[in-house]
Amino acid sequence: MFTFLHKFASPQYFYAWSASWQKWSSILAVLLMSVGLYYSLLNSPADYQQGETVRIMYVHVPAAWLSMFGYMVMASAAIVTLIWRIKVAEIMIGQCAVIGASFTALALITGMLWGKPMWGAYWVWDARLTSELVLLFLYFGVIALSGAFDDERAGARAAAILTVVGIVNIPIIHYSVEWWNTLHQGPTVSKFDSPSAHPSMLIPLLIMALAFKAYFFALLFKRARAELLLRERNTSWVKALLKDTE
Amino acid sequence: MNDFFHMGGYAFYVWGCYGLTAGVLLANLIFATMRRKRILQQIQELSEED
Repeated sequence: MFTFLHKFASPQYFYAWSASWQKWSSILAVLLMSVGLYYSLLNSPADYQQGETVRIMYVHVPAAWLSMFGYMVMASAAIVTLIWRIKVAEIMIGQCAVIGASFTALALITGMLWGKPMWGAYWVWDARLTSELVLLFLYFGVIALSGAFDDERAGARAAAILTVVGIVNIPIIHYSVEWWNTLHQGPTVSKFDSPSAHPSMLIPLLIMALAFKAYFFALLFKRARAELLLRERNTSWVKALLKDTE
Repeated sequence: MNDFFHMGGYAFYVWGCYGLTAGVLLANLIFATMRRKRILQQIQELSEED
């Protein structure tokens, strides 16, 4: 099992198998995004309370979900880094942080653009909004730490430790709407037995959420593969690979 | 068609969100592509110094 894992995560082997993963997740992202946009902009009803602003949900919620999903991927890479010191995992931490930070910012800003017409304010210091803002700062911290050392591997370990400590914020974001009296609405989808959203709104939301996740993996592989070439530039497999493409 | 762009009076908020989303998706892609190009260049330069 371990020898299999080791081979699976060896830089050279990773570079080979991730090529097709990058390709297929890109294709999936484009397909899902087209269908998702069709439903969310053209083929879904306006809400009886929110009117057309309900369409903001189809980008806001997937971005917010991805901000947490990306953190969990980063945390998995961090744990692998701390235990096995696998190079590919070390690289993944910094790449997840960059993508995750961009989607956390997107979730916050689209939330503000919904909050202004619906709540009457761009920002309130509500538990959900505040914990999501903390997530953004955690991502910034991980990005800063990854690049703060001359030795990239030391940087990755420091970033991994911050990532693991920051996991505590994820359940806080998730349960913030239940633990505190927040202005932000409660969960409507994660109650799987009885989701309180109508299928006409649930379908565009779930398709967009999947599209965002496919996009995340496509981008993560694209970024990680490039960084891997840089770190492994002195190995024979990278030299051979680059010679072939010249 | 005008209704579609008007978004029930919330055009700024709704289209603002979709515009920003498109911006984040595209910017991420462009930065990743530029970074890859830059890395390949850098490897080339480093190998020429040897």
